[in-house]
Amino acid sequence: MISSQSFGESGKMKEYHYSGPVEQRFSPYSFNGGTVLAVAGEDFAIVASDTRLSEGYSIHSRDSPKCYKLTDTTVIGCSGFHGDCLTLTKIIDARLKTYKHSNNKTMTSGAIAAMLSTILYGRRFFPYYVYNIIGGLDEHGKGAVYSFDPVGSYQRDTYKAGGSASAMLQPLLDNQIGFKNMEGVEHVPLTQDKAVQLVKDVFISAAERDVYTGDALRICIITKEGIKEQTIPLRKD
Amino acid sequence: MALEDICSFQENRKWLSASSVEGAVHSFHMTDNDSFGLRRRGNFETTPEAPLHFFMPNSAPFNPRSLFPSNQSATIRRPFPLAHGTTTLGFIFQDGVIAAADTRASAGGLVASPTVNKITPIHSHLVATSSGSGADCMLWERLLTRELRLYQLRNRRRLSICGTAKLLSFMLHPFKGTDVCVALTLCGWDKGAGSTDCARRSQDSSSLMEDSSSVAVSSQGDTNSGPKLIYVCSNGARLQGDVLSVGSGSPYAYGILDSGLRGSLSKDEAFSLAREAVFRATHRDAYSGNNVDLFHITEQGWKRREREELKDEYYRDMKRKAMIVEERKRLTGFKVPT
Repeated sequence: MISSQSFGESGKMKEYHYSGPVEQRFSPYSFNGGTVLAVAGEDFAIVASDTRLSEGYSIHSRDSPKCYKLTDTTVIGCSGFHGDCLTLTKIIDARLKTYKHSNNKTMTSGAIAAMLSTILYGRRFFPYYVYNIIGGLDEHGKGAVYSFDPVGSYQRDTYKAGGSASAMLQPLLDNQIGFKNMEGVEHVPLTQDKAVQLVKDVFISAAERDVYTGDALRICIITKEGIKEQTIPLRKD
Repeated sequence: MALEDICSFQENRKWLSASSVEGAVHSFHMTDNDSFGLRRRGNFETTPEAPLHFFMPNSAPFNPRSLFPSNQSATIRRPFPLAHGTTTLGFIFQDGVIAAADTRASAGGLVASPTVNKITPIHSHLVATSSGSGADCMLWERLLTRELRLYQLRNRRRLSICGTAKLLSFMLHPFKGTDVCVALTLCGWDKGAGSTDCARRSQDSSSLMEDSSSVAVSSQGDTNSGPKLIYVCSNGARLQGDVLSVGSGSPYAYGILDSGLRGSLSKDEAFSLAREAVFRATHRDAYSGNNVDLFHITEQGWKRREREELKDEYYRDMKRKAMIVEERKRLTGFKVPT
């Protein structure tokens, strides 16, 4: 499907009324929706994404998860333009293999994050339209989340939401995990079960209000034992 | 590839240039001739490994040998906003340099991150406060750190802050006119050059100078040592100053700094002035906020203060204002009209 400017800047359809002749321009970008979320705990990390792939008013697929496993301790979630997500993950996989063969060890989460920053910035003038979030365990076994913007600026966080429903999810996470804007509350550290339950609740809420989020939720839980995956159904409308 | 043709990529471009780290940095120009008419200075030509390799989608305006007619503008329209907006400031006082910044990164109307580090140490005696686009500043600081370290290893001395500013300015020059947006303030302390030149100069001038030890004389004779504050911007500006503030909140910060700055500030007074300036700027500027970071650079190097939450400062300020109003009511015997 050719994506032209009738889809507007963020992929939402523009208002249909006649305003005079308009130059139709091909845009190399398209917005395929989807939300990604990552939470870091004391000795675990969770990366979750919905599995809906949409464009404009249509849904291309209900089973297109946005979490990609990179190593045994790192998972990346990419949302935005699906074409760029696929290419970017291919490039990252190739770079991981090159590193493994040259240095005889697997890349750590922090190293992958730094590498991704330079990959993204290499396309500063024609960016990858991808919002990335990396979740994994660092060298000390603690959970780590690295969030990126489309041109490579990144930082380490405890939790981050990215994608179409990020503006709805992030304040909720700030409140529940970061205990922001709550007075006189005991800061309890997050356990793995509570974190998984929170992620499920948060995505169910996002699916209610964001049209690009829904269908199913894929959760990847990263611990030192490995990566476990769960799939939960969400609203399909 | 069909997509490549439609987007009018140049055929002699390397597609997956991001995957190659090697390759001279001047190949970023993407043509064989020096399309900008300027030669890269110094380290770049002799460096075999480039720090970064850029992929340019369409540089038809720059390349006279373009094979495709340019049927779209040179820059691809981005469907997303980038992180921008900030308040950073730096000033020199009698005990060194203070650098302060807020910690909010905004992308369009959304706060992309409330806990960004805008002040980055480059080396033990230099910090850079960044403003403009987050990704650009992050990467250019990395490149600058790398180049300074290489200079130090090759020349066995640290590059002066003026030299650093010049180097950064030259690194940014090829990107003038693109939408790279970098505005760094380099805050640091130049060590007085311990070379023979300086010693000779101090011997000559000691006969003229009345007072002080030889250390003071040599630092007075050599204008290059001591605290330094230089602003470098991707438009090409390079300005030295005693008080500098950059970003969308800078007008508000300048107001506080100009009224409160005196030569005789103590360290704590300077800290509270810097914190107050950032606080007032975050209060009035929508794109600045959250916390304030403070760095203090002296001859011994930089020291970082604990990051302070401005929400608490705001509540303290409200209490202070309420107390002032109470006091005024009490003194004037003001009665609330019934």
